[in-house]
Amino acid sequence: MVPPAEFTSYYGRPVIKEVVWGVPDVPGYLFLGGLAGASSLLAASAELTGRHELARTAKTAAVGAISLSALALVQDLGRPARFINMLRVFKPTSPMSIGSWLLTAYGPAAGVAAASALTGRVPRIGRAATAAAAMVGPGVASYTAALLADTAVPAWHDAHRELPYLFVSSAATAAGGLGLALVRPEHAGPARNLAVAGASAELVARNLLIRRVRRAGTVEAYQSGRAGHLMAAAEVLGVSGLSIAATLGRNRVAAALAGTALVASSALTRFGVFYAGRISARDPKYTVVPQRDRLRRQDQAESPADAGLPAAGLVGQHGLLQCLG
Amino acid sequence: MSTRVAPAFAAGPTDAAGGLDPAARSGYADHPPRMGFFTDTSVCIGCKACEVACKEWNKVPEDGLELTGMSYDNTGSLSASTWRHVAFIEQIVRAGDSRWLMSSDVCKHCTEAACLDVCPTGALMRSEFGTVVIQDDVCNGCGYCVSACPFGVVGRRETDGGAHKCTLCYDRIGDGLTPACAKACPTESIQFGPLDELRERAQGRLRELHDAGTPQARLYGEDPADGVGGAGAFFLLLDEPEVYGLPPDPVVTTRDLPRMWRHVATAAAALAAAALLSGLGQRS
Ligand code: SF4
Repeated sequence: MVPPAEFTSYYGRPVIKEVVWGVPDVPGYLFLGGLAGASSLLAASAELTGRHELARTAKTAAVGAISLSALALVQDLGRPARFINMLRVFKPTSPMSIGSWLLTAYGPAAGVAAASALTGRVPRIGRAATAAAAMVGPGVASYTAALLADTAVPAWHDAHRELPYLFVSSAATAAGGLGLALVRPEHAGPARNLAVAGASAELVARNLLIRRVRRAGTVEAYQSGRAGHLMAAAEVLGVSGLSIAATLGRNRVAAALAGTALVASSALTRFGVFYAGRISARDPKYTVVPQRDRLRRQDQAESPADAGLPAAGLVGQHGLLQCLG
Repeated sequence: MSTRVAPAFAAGPTDAAGGLDPAARSGYADHPPRMGFFTDTSVCIGCKACEVACKEWNKVPEDGLELTGMSYDNTGSLSASTWRHVAFIEQIVRAGDSRWLMSSDVCKHCTEAACLDVCPTGALMRSEFGTVVIQDDVCNGCGYCVSACPFGVVGRRETDGGAHKCTLCYDRIGDGLTPACAKACPTESIQFGPLDELRERAQGRLRELHDAGTPQARLYGEDPADGVGGAGAFFLLLDEPEVYGLPPDPVVTTRDLPRMWRHVATAAAALAAAALLSGLGQRS
């Protein structure tokens, strides 16, 4: 636990740079990428079990979501005309590089799968594309967690173990929710199952994440301001959608309602996480206090005699020197 | 101060001091010594000659001329268009007795540079001198380096959409010249040279200050065992790093990336399993 923050900064200025990624482009992309990736999986599952209406809907959702995603990503670049430079290199140390290659493989597969399903043409190629999209889909839905976590942004980096689980659950919630909302209940079984599983897992993942960032000292970023509102709303919608889907999911109207709530909940989760990062980048306390605390713990581990006298040096020095800033 | 050891992920050739040799790790088989800055803030007089020289040499555009209310610092912070930034801190030691802290900040040219690791285009590169440089003609302005840098150094410039930062005057040092800021510094607060020499000189200076009764003096970024594997541009400070706007214990984010990828893979597999299982059950 971080003690109530008394810390020094340079005129209250942030230590790290503000996140330059735009809203709604990037959080919107996190949502749409998840929706697309999980929809492709849902489509494959539906097709394998002969639910063609659901498969068709999921494939259409996937290609729509991924096309919007690509637009959002290109638009968010400082130099959009150079987006192709993403494919100059293949760098496992850069989640954005891995993501670019995943999208390059995924987009065309999702496109062909949807085109074949909607026109009824080239069914064998369509099946191959469906399988390919389902294979790359989980990567598309999950790598964005590493994308955010692999930064100096405290609220994102601190959550690097839990974000992947939160993001794939949120993706399942969105894809399942959309199927539930759009497909007649008697054909929407897999969507209902996926939505219920996703929304339940999301509850667990969110709790684990909050526990982690509480220990790390960045929980306030998730619980205050816009991030706090978004996360709370996501939870309310998620729990409501989950309960309706699990109980009345076979009723057309209830299913549409539950599905809509779940899709919205998934989107709000992504926006909430995004804003938590922004908040934590803007305030130096999220950078300074946990790092100071880490140093203090290290010092105590190295010289146990000093344990119980936290930050004696710090207090001594700052008691003497009062910063005007 | 830190006993943290660089993990296997960051393994590779090491330099004389036992730290990683970034140029060799990046594939330069035969390379000149690693060059860097030692900024001794105890002799900085706050003249901002470094800021001006940097702007002039590198043709860095103006980025706002506003009063910030932060002592003599109207520059604010490092950014896409500020590659040297002089911080001013006026402290009251006790009633009637004050002291000035001035410090010229710059890109740390980290041994383990997050900006370089996360760059998806390869625009960020390691030079043969071990420095970290952005190739402007490759950068597509994705902004990832901006959020990856633990020191808040890189910025994205509004006018051209690209990311920019200190190059340690790559064009000058390649010709055997001193970087513009160090050249212009009238007090030799900014010293340029081979990193191992600078580290030695800094240790001497630190001893000198401690002997002269300045126990607050400390080095920042000189330790190859720190969270960025040691900085190519390090400092002698007279107070806690955060007083100058520097993070007290930065750790390069990519040290945790292998773990992130493992969790991503597990999560992806779980999603695939859940989706495929969702099709089971009675077909209606
Ligand atoms: S200080 Fe920041 S910009 Fe400079 S090399 Fe390190 S990570 Fe990159």
